[in-house]
Amino acid sequence: MSEKMLDFARNQILTGVGLGDTDIERVMAKMLNAQVDLADIYLQSSRYESWSLEDGIIKEGAHSIEQGVGLRVVSGDKSGFACSDEISLPGLLEAAGNVRAIARSGKSAQSRLQKRAEIPALYPSIDPLKSIPESEKIALLKRVDEETRKLDHRIEQVMVSMIGAHDVILVANQDGSMHGDVRPLVRMSVSVIVEDKGRREQGSSGGGGRTDYGFFLDEERALDYGREAVRQALVNLEAVDAPAGNMTVVLGSGWPGILLHEAIGHGLEGDFNRKGTSAFSGRVGEKIASDLCTIVDDGTLSGCRGSLSVDDEGVISQNTMLIEKGILKGYMQDKMNAKLMGVPTTGNGRRESYAHQPLPRMTNTYMLPGEHEHDEIIASVKKGLYAHNFGGGQVDITSGKFVFSASEAYLIEDGKITQPVKGATLIGNGPDVLTRVSMVGNNLELDGGVGTCGKDGQSVPVGVGQPTIKIDGLTVGGTK
Amino acid sequence: MDLREVTEKTEQLKGVVSALISEAEQLGASAAEAGMSADQGLSVTARLGEVETVERHQEQGLGLTVYFGQRKGSASTTDFSPNAIRETAEAACRIAKLASEDAFSGLPDASLLATGELPDLDLYHPWGIDAEQAIALAIECEDSARGYAEEISNSEGATVSQHQSIRVLGNSLGFLQGYPATRHSISCSVLGQRGESMQRDYWYSVARDALDLESAIEVGRKSAERTISRLGARSISTRKCPVLYSAEAASSLIRNFLGGISGGSLYRKSSFLLDSLGKQVFPEFIRIHEQPFLPKGLGSAAFDAEGVALKPRDIVCDGVVHSYLLSCYSARKLGMETTGNAGGVHNLTVDPGEKDLQRMLASMGTGLLVTELMGQGVNMVTGDYSRGASGFWVENGEIQFPVEEITIAGNLSDMLKNIVEIGNDVDFRGNIRTGSILVSEMTLAGE
Repeated sequence: MSEKMLDFARNQILTGVGLGDTDIERVMAKMLNAQVDLADIYLQSSRYESWSLEDGIIKEGAHSIEQGVGLRVVSGDKSGFACSDEISLPGLLEAAGNVRAIARSGKSAQSRLQKRAEIPALYPSIDPLKSIPESEKIALLKRVDEETRKLDHRIEQVMVSMIGAHDVILVANQDGSMHGDVRPLVRMSVSVIVEDKGRREQGSSGGGGRTDYGFFLDEERALDYGREAVRQALVNLEAVDAPAGNMTVVLGSGWPGILLHEAIGHGLEGDFNRKGTSAFSGRVGEKIASDLCTIVDDGTLSGCRGSLSVDDEGVISQNTMLIEKGILKGYMQDKMNAKLMGVPTTGNGRRESYAHQPLPRMTNTYMLPGEHEHDEIIASVKKGLYAHNFGGGQVDITSGKFVFSASEAYLIEDGKITQPVKGATLIGNGPDVLTRVSMVGNNLELDGGVGTCGKDGQSVPVGVGQPTIKIDGLTVGGTK
Repeated sequence: MDLREVTEKTEQLKGVVSALISEAEQLGASAAEAGMSADQGLSVTARLGEVETVERHQEQGLGLTVYFGQRKGSASTTDFSPNAIRETAEAACRIAKLASEDAFSGLPDASLLATGELPDLDLYHPWGIDAEQAIALAIECEDSARGYAEEISNSEGATVSQHQSIRVLGNSLGFLQGYPATRHSISCSVLGQRGESMQRDYWYSVARDALDLESAIEVGRKSAERTISRLGARSISTRKCPVLYSAEAASSLIRNFLGGISGGSLYRKSSFLLDSLGKQVFPEFIRIHEQPFLPKGLGSAAFDAEGVALKPRDIVCDGVVHSYLLSCYSARKLGMETTGNAGGVHNLTVDPGEKDLQRMLASMGTGLLVTELMGQGVNMVTGDYSRGASGFWVENGEIQFPVEEITIAGNLSDMLKNIVEIGNDVDFRGNIRTGSILVSEMTLAGE
């Protein structure tokens, strides 16, 4: 991040409401006293838009403005937080007094905003909403619809949606540092319903990232989403009932990395481990996965959906080793939990918006590639399930139990992919599922940029990825 | 805010809403609808006997939908500066001009709107506790949980929250209504440990009026009881068996049914319940109805998200679908009339049966009691259902041991038909009110 980006954020947010650095210093001074370990003022000014097409027409469009401020004071493991959508000096000063009440009184302290260091930007500070004329947005959606409908006569319904965000944030810390970030984000989804001989099925695909709408025009990316959605729906038309029980499961590359996100990612977030409520608490240094597994959380990938130049506490993003050759190396941290656990921050302090307190959250979580060819892995399975794609998942971080639902899966019989089966939920136990990884592919792939993760009622964009992997034994929740 | 202040504030918001509608009309809109909300709340969490967080929220939101003939555009803002409001009105109009003509879009028919005196739903009961009192209550709640048993080993804390809001909705047909409401809650989540087994569970109470909340001690006790009951949970082998959804898990099954009869999924033909109107979907003893005017009801409302007046009505009677859940748009797409379900249902009630949970277990005999479901795992187009579950294995009507790391699967069409009995142990804490539900057979997959 250059000085220019900070200036842009400061102009967009502070100047717009008639405030300056000295006002922020005044508010910060009121939040601080000797008992305060951490204090921040998080300002946000964002614009979002969405477009949707259905029945061949542009049905809806929406625009939204989200602007506000969140003030936080942390003392030990206690935090006071206040948020308001009105950014005014009297309002900020009142909120500052309220949040300071969390820390036992003491003499007041002072903070002066300082010169800040340069941070490399991982994405351009662009406004996707203005990246192409409105008429081209409309034309793009219509073209995706028309081209997708041409693919097969069994297509009944095509739905296309596109969203863009221009998120500008400014975070001032008690140590006098101030960081700004301009975060573009776009996403497109295509879903189709197909019908054949009275049977209906759906398929969907999409992608995006921290870039602008031009991304969808490159290499016909948008049209590929349509092709992929149709392919998936047609496969599902042929699907038979899924098997039920414990069996060998091969997971495809890319989005199936949601396994890592659910099975171990959440359990490695600092807050749960500081409190001792995770199935992984106190296990750093222990072997929790097979030697083949090396997993990172990497917020520094250029332009990826889960990437951040700085996190929502003003900490520079990093590539954090979570599991190295099966050994648990560390947790993902925000400032508060890092301080309480006596470890460095990892740039994982994220919040949905100004109206939420930061929490340790994932960015882009993925497994590094291994040695095997994808086909070699399939060929090694006598009888099992190949899950090519997934819907969403969920985890209970305390018991370690996680689920995720296949949206496209096949039987493997005698080393060959045979019959497609209906989507089934897979369930397992986080702390032991990765000990059963017996083969890892050389085909690491990140997801297309569609993931959203929920925690404590806060949603943030994330990325996942993995190569093809083989798990010796996972419960498949079919009916047969 | 006392009642006088909140009435004044409601009138003030109505002023903002009607000004925005006028502005949209001046910008050329042929019709417009605007809604506004103002929320404020206090939420405190205590953990391990001490305050952990104190959060204060103050938020407002303003939304506008405009029509230029049959073209529609929407915009919203949390920034109330004149510039932002103008930008919002202009954005909605710009989008509408770009959107396609849609013969089915538009405001509700004027005769359907909830004009005039609204029914008194008794939804506004400010709690008025300050942060100190809320902290004391949260500590009392968590203490009750932590003191329940030796095996309660850790805590995620107890949270006490109070919340009040005002909602206002208006449109260019002259409709302009608004009312305040409150919502308060106490919740607690604790962990238990027995050997290697670590489990967590929670309980909560929520009400419009703090006087109707379960006591903090009771909420704490139940959260601990539930956690302890899960210790030692294990998977079981794959089999077919009856499944009893506890009342708190049963609402999700009813929600799946509602998804199938909602207008959006019907006109998109993405529902497993296409053309189900007038058809037998449940067994004959099932009645499901909507009760929008229940005093203090968590789902009570006088009008839906489009201003359409609500009335009590049957959704399912004698197991037959009597009504879909439609907004104006989906109704027009289907050639029907709106059912006042833009924005969802309002106190949807499944008529309870005769038996409490104990006797429902006896009815099941041997099978699975499900208390929690995980993941999505429902294909609404086909009705194929496969979800992670935890609960208890039951033999001869008696709970044997806790179960986890299993899935339950079937097809929703069959599952709804195979409902054997509804309990009288209704969970009143949500917008869907149902007792436990016994399904005669599903596939359980496990170790």
